[in-house]
Amino acid sequence: MLPLKIATRFLKSGKGQTALIVFGIAIAVSVQIFVGLLIIGLQISLVNSTIGNQPQITIRPTGDTNTIKNWEIIVNQVRNVDGLDKISVVAAGNASVPNDNSILPILVQGFDFQSADRIYGISDSIYQGEQLKSLKQVLIGRSLEEELGVEIGDKLPILTPDGGVNLFEIAGFYDLGIESINKSWVITNLVAAQRLFGYRDRITGIIMTVDQDRLFDADKIAARIEEAVNNKDVEVTNWKDQNKDLLSGLEGQTISSSVIQGVVLASVVVAISSVLSITVLQKSRQLGILKAMGITDRDASLIFVFQGLLIGLIGATVGIALGLGLLYAFNTFTSSAEGTALIEIYIDYNFIIRSWVIAISSSTLAGLIPARRSLKLNPVDVIREG
Amino acid sequence: MITLELSGVNKIYSGAYQNQVLFDINLSFEAKTCSAIVGESGSGKSTLMNIMGILDTPTSGEVTIASNIVSSMNRKQMAEIRNRTIGFVFQFHYLLPEFTVLENVLIPHLIHNRSQSGQVLNRARNLLDIVGIAKLEKRLPTQISGGEQQRTAIARALMNNPSIILADEPTGNLDSVTTQNVCRLFGEIKKEFNTTFIVVTHDRTVASHTDRIVEVRDGRIISDKLNTKIVPQTR
Repeated sequence: MLPLKIATRFLKSGKGQTALIVFGIAIAVSVQIFVGLLIIGLQISLVNSTIGNQPQITIRPTGDTNTIKNWEIIVNQVRNVDGLDKISVVAAGNASVPNDNSILPILVQGFDFQSADRIYGISDSIYQGEQLKSLKQVLIGRSLEEELGVEIGDKLPILTPDGGVNLFEIAGFYDLGIESINKSWVITNLVAAQRLFGYRDRITGIIMTVDQDRLFDADKIAARIEEAVNNKDVEVTNWKDQNKDLLSGLEGQTISSSVIQGVVLASVVVAISSVLSITVLQKSRQLGILKAMGITDRDASLIFVFQGLLIGLIGATVGIALGLGLLYAFNTFTSSAEGTALIEIYIDYNFIIRSWVIAISSSTLAGLIPARRSLKLNPVDVIREG
Repeated sequence: MITLELSGVNKIYSGAYQNQVLFDINLSFEAKTCSAIVGESGSGKSTLMNIMGILDTPTSGEVTIASNIVSSMNRKQMAEIRNRTIGFVFQFHYLLPEFTVLENVLIPHLIHNRSQSGQVLNRARNLLDIVGIAKLEKRLPTQISGGEQQRTAIARALMNNPSIILADEPTGNLDSVTTQNVCRLFGEIKKEFNTTFIVVTHDRTVASHTDRIVEVRDGRIISDKLNTKIVPQTR
């Protein structure tokens, strides 16, 4: 195709100029990729540390009753809701443990251990001792362990609000990475907690996680659950409702990232159009003779559109490589001595492909401005001027 | 058969003041003839050629090329006529410096065809052979002499086998020996390709190689004669 061939030759004939503009686009795209992926990585690690090993949707009892009866029916109703990943149930209750002359408030969490473990990763977080083996055992967090000064195998008296005292054996210590949990949660078996608080076969909550790639759809999934359950005795909450500050922070980051990317993109378009507009002048002789030889206006314009496309293609590709290089370099230089990264890199392929396509499309569109200028070029003027 | 006809052509450039450069021009060219349009610089002969080549439009009057009335054509149709019916040879050669000699010759074909067949390539090589620069096909225009560049431009003008070749001061930039060679080449081509040749020149020597000499002065035709003293095309 002649316009493509001419576009290629025009770019090759001004190697320095072409290299400069390709380099310019590559720098711009690399900034986009670097900033974009950095912010995406930042957001993901922030979201993971906030809600990663936590249920993202919870069904709780409403009104005066603080327990849910016939919960097996509800679990069956929600099990097939699209987007839901893991489901577990919990029977929790406030209690306290004596410590020297005072008492410490605790939250007894009675889990269906296997399914809850998949949500919280409890067994992986046990740093001393072992998993629960009987209904008379508990796991306590690192902060509580330090405060109480207890050891594995010790008996822990748990005081319930009704005045009862029950002795549990400490089977292990966990560290779930969140201070408030490590300090207050005493983890035991579902049935043990039900007996401790006199819930009989009732529970206090159904906890769920959503598919990893649908974290931000938690509110929509929660709405579908509410619809499926259709029960006034329970309410469905999701992490987005409970973390509004985090969400607005993330949104702010996304907007600022978009603004940076928009400005970079606009400068790319302006730079390409102005450089290609100069080529219209530089190549006016060639264009004039091509028009005299009968090239159509469309094909003459296509020369510049193709130049934009080719410049964009090379610039965007080099830019992505450069941006990823920058990101890995940043990650290496900001890592701690033990090799822990300051910000975990998350390669979002969709974002990269989107940036690539946008850069190439913008660059091609930028070629339309000089293409329009080329339409005005009259071959007679070129021939007359010699 | 008449290949090219101008009737009542006027050209007025309007700017700060109006400047009429052509006055009621009536001219027709028979197929397969070789004519020269001569005149001093500023006589309007180049404007006349631009109008004949549909590079410019007359202010009034009609141009007919190969039975097509130019004023009824759109830009695309005009581009097509320029590509298929007319071959241009300019004073400044106007080769594309980014393309080799062979590629420059192929461009008129590629403008309206997506690719070139082996047959087309052979035709381009044959044309380079006819103009005597077959060995230079891989060179860039900047790597060959002015005469060789003009030969390339002539081969390019012939590429689409046009019925008309318009040459505007084709030897204006060449020395006298090269001018003689180019004139001889035109003669040979005319014989071989049966093309209508119209040469615009201020050089009487170039005109003396043609069958007919039209003289233009101040935008008017002052004489239109058959050339009885054609210079023989000898090597």
